[in-house]
Parts: sequence; C-alpha cells; structure tokens
Amino acid sequence: MAKSPERGVKVQRNSPMRAYFTHHIRVFISSLGELTRRPIASMMTVTVIAIALALPSGLYLLLHNIDQISADWDSSAQMSLFLKGNTSSNKVERLANRLNLRNDIESTKIITPEQALEDFVRISGFGDVLNSLDKNPLPAVIVIQPVIDSENPLLVSQLLNDMKKLPEVDIAQLDLEWVKRLYTMIDIANRAVWVISLLLGIAVLLTVGNTIRLDIQNRKEEIIVTKLIGATNAFIRRPFLYTGLWYGLVGSILALTLINIGLAMIETPVQKLATLYNSNFQLIGFSLDNSLVLILISCVLSLGGSWLAVGRQLSKIEPS
Amino acid sequence: MIRFDNVSKQYPGGFEALLGVNYHLPRGQMAYLTGHSGAGKSTLLKLIAMIERPSRGQIFLDGVNLNNISKNKIPYIRRNIGIIFQNHQLLFDRNVYHNVALPLIIAGYRHQEVSKRVRAALDQVDLLSKENAMPVTLSGGEQQRVGIARAIVHKPSLLLADEPTGNLDPELSKEIMQLFERFNQVGVSVLIASHDLNLIDEMGYPVISLEDGQLSRNDLLNKGDRD
Repeated sequence: MAKSPERGVKVQRNSPMRAYFTHHIRVFISSLGELTRRPIASMMTVTVIAIALALPSGLYLLLHNIDQISADWDSSAQMSLFLKGNTSSNKVERLANRLNLRNDIESTKIITPEQALEDFVRISGFGDVLNSLDKNPLPAVIVIQPVIDSENPLLVSQLLNDMKKLPEVDIAQLDLEWVKRLYTMIDIANRAVWVISLLLGIAVLLTVGNTIRLDIQNRKEEIIVTKLIGATNAFIRRPFLYTGLWYGLVGSILALTLINIGLAMIETPVQKLATLYNSNFQLIGFSLDNSLVLILISCVLSLGGSWLAVGRQLSKIEPS
Repeated sequence: MIRFDNVSKQYPGGFEALLGVNYHLPRGQMAYLTGHSGAGKSTLLKLIAMIERPSRGQIFLDGVNLNNISKNKIPYIRRNIGIIFQNHQLLFDRNVYHNVALPLIIAGYRHQEVSKRVRAALDQVDLLSKENAMPVTLSGGEQQRVGIARAIVHKPSLLLADEPTGNLDPELSKEIMQLFERFNQVGVSVLIASHDLNLIDEMGYPVISLEDGQLSRNDLLNKGDRD
C-alpha cells in the first residue's frame, strides 16, 4: 500500500482519543435529544420498561416487609412450660436459670401460680368464685423465648422435645405449625419473585431490542448514507446503544418513582393497622443501594437489548 | 487516481455487469462516464466506492489495491472519496449545516474546524445563507448543491458523481457541471456518470463509454500516467 487511506484529512483533527470521547459525549446527549423529539413513542417504551421493573421490585419490597413483620412474630413465638403442681418456687427459679443458659433459648420468664391467678381473676372476672377456692389450682409456668433461626425452624421442635422430657414439666406447648407454614410461604414467594424478575428482565431486554430494531429500520436511509460517507459500524452503532441506555436509565428512574408512589399510598393505612396491633412496624422503602442496583440492572438489560438489535440489523443494512 | 485492471463484475444470478474493463483516471483529471442505462455505469462507480467488489481483476485507488482492503477498512477508503448521488441523499431530519457537517463529524474533526469547513463548503456552492434551512424547503438544484457541499467538505482527492444532473433542467445542470469544473481546477480528480451527451460535449472533458459492460470509448488512453 503506497499511502494511508486517510491521506485526505490531515489538518486540525482531534487526537484519536479526544475525538473518541468528544464523539461519545456528543452522541450521549444527542440520543437523548432524539428521544425527546418523539416524546409519546419514547414515553410508551419507557413506561413499559418501568412497569416491568416496578412489578418484581415492588414484590421484592413487599416480601422484605413481610419478612420484617414475621421477624416480629418470631419474637412472639413463645413456648410455655406448665410445671407440675408440686414444684416449689425455688425449684422453678433454678430451672428457669438453668434453661436460660441454653444456646437455643433467648430468655425465660416465670409466671408464678399467684401471678397466674391474679391475671386470671383480672381477665376472667370470676374473682369471687376463685377466691372461694382454698387452694390455687394453677401451676407455675415458665415462658421461653426460643432463639428462632429462620434457616432451621426444626431447632425449635428439638427444643420442645427436650423440654417435654424435663421431670418438672407437665405440659410443653408451642404452636410451631404456623411458623413453619409462614417460612414455606415466604420461601415460595421469594422464588416466585426471582422467576418473575427473570421473565420481566427478559421483557425489558426484548422491549428495548424491538424498539431499537424499529428505530434502525426507520433510519435505514440515514444509515446507508452515513456508511457511504465513510462511517464505521461502531460510529453508526453508537447512537442506538446510547438510546438503549437512556431507555434503561429513564425507565428505572420511573420504576423507582412508581414504587415510591405506591409506598406512599399504602403508608397511612399500614401505620393505622400497625397501631391497632400495637406494633411499631415501619414500611421499608428502597434503599439507595437497592435503587442504584435497580438502575444498573435496567441499564445493562437495555444496553444488552439494543446491542442484540443493532448487531443483527446493522450487518443487514449495506448500501447497494 | 483510479486504475481498473481487467475488471469484471458478475452479479449473483450470472448477470455480467462489467467485462474486462481497463482504464486509468490520472490524478487531478476530470472525466465523464457515459453509456445506456444497464451498460454498467453504476456498477463501475459502486466498485470504486467499494459498495460492490469485483469478481475478477484489480482496482487501484490512489495506489491502493482495493482487493486488499478488508471490510472493516472500507469506511476509511470512503472518507477519501466525495460521492454525489442523483437523488442527493440528504438527511431530512436535520438542517443544511448538519448535513454538510456529517463527513467531518464522522472523521472526528474539532467543533471549530467543523464550522469553519462547513461554511467554506457552503460558500463554494453559494448556499451560505441557507445553512439553517431544512432540506425540504430547498429547491431541487439547491438540494443537489448541498449534496455537493457535503461531498467536498472533507476535501477528498476524488469526487464521484452518479447522474448529478438527472433531475435538473439544462441551465441548472450546466451550473452544477461548472461547479465540478471549479473543484477540478484546484486539483480534485472527478469522475461523473451522466447520459446528458449534449452537456458532456459542451464541457469538453475526456469521456469513457460503456456498452454492455465493456468499454466502447476511452479518451483517457493517452492521458498522463500520474497516479
């Protein structure tokens, strides 16, 4: 080759690196301008992306909140040891102290027969009848707060069996079934959220891909002309990739807005409900980290979608 | 500038568009390419612009054998050519200035340099006052001149024009041809495909003619041997 093919242009050109970055910034901004030029079509695409992202994210948030509530319930999943009637208060105290040392027990609380009777009188209103009894029929009770490991709910039933074997214990009670069911349900819901996220993630990819594909077809003439003028494939690809990136960015921000609007809408009733249950439960929103991850995922998916479309379409469009 | 060495082009399906074509357009030369429609004019131009590849033979552009140019290097070859189309191929979603600026943007020129060169190019085709106009608002002749400004803005060493006056009346056609003449006078090689034989005669530049894919006339035979 006698001469470099670029011989014709030699005056006042940017250094290649600088030209590259200048061009990237220019395309980044102009592709946004391109989107605002057809606002309705762009808004529709962005809204589809936003809904596809908001749905699994909202579900995730919901589960996260339920987890939070059920953590509260965990603490109320108590075990009651009804001791045999002849157990002296001294023995009760020693037993409680001994149990307190176990790893799988968070805390213990003693309800003496006297306290139990008092409570019963207060709550039932059968005070006179009970006063006429010469002997307190109620046993001492030790209320155990088990350590609940959500990974391993069986530990609690193990503890229950141990408690039943204690010589002082008459009856040991725990309603474990609902805890088990709750964990199973949360587990299923968690998996469902993953599956839905995966499917809707693919939906985002395809939506952006299809939008970009149509965009490329609409601008076929322009692509051919720019190719004839000497544009490289990378040059032609760039605005479409940045358009995809914008869809992802704006779509994810809209999704976050939708989620936060949804949260704001249910916040007041949830607070009312929490007050009714005497709970200090607070709705958890998306943290900054989570939001950034959502934005990142959306951008990557959209960029991926446009990459797929551009790769397939551009090679088909050649001047002829 | 352009050298065809026994070039043939057969399209898929067997149609022989060009058959053993030899010619040499010296650097700085202006010439016309004529022939009936279907004689192979467009194919010949497409081979130079690397829109098509030859089936046999070799094409040298500015001393470079185009057969050795890989697909991803084609854009850089094209940047050295200014191509003018019959239907001028302007982009209708942007104004005259941005149409003309496109080759410079592609080649990565600085902003100030772009505006300087675009104005110089528009000045040469006498359209400086229309830089903010949208192409649709221009007449056919003006649109063609914008196309020419875009083809010369990056100062290519070769101008290719495919029926540049196809849709214009005789007076405008002559103006356009004189414009090409002016570029040729500052050293640009020019090859114009046209069937406007009267105008070609009037301009008085060498002519190469194609008939059924073969050269039937070659005024370039005795021209200088500069590349």
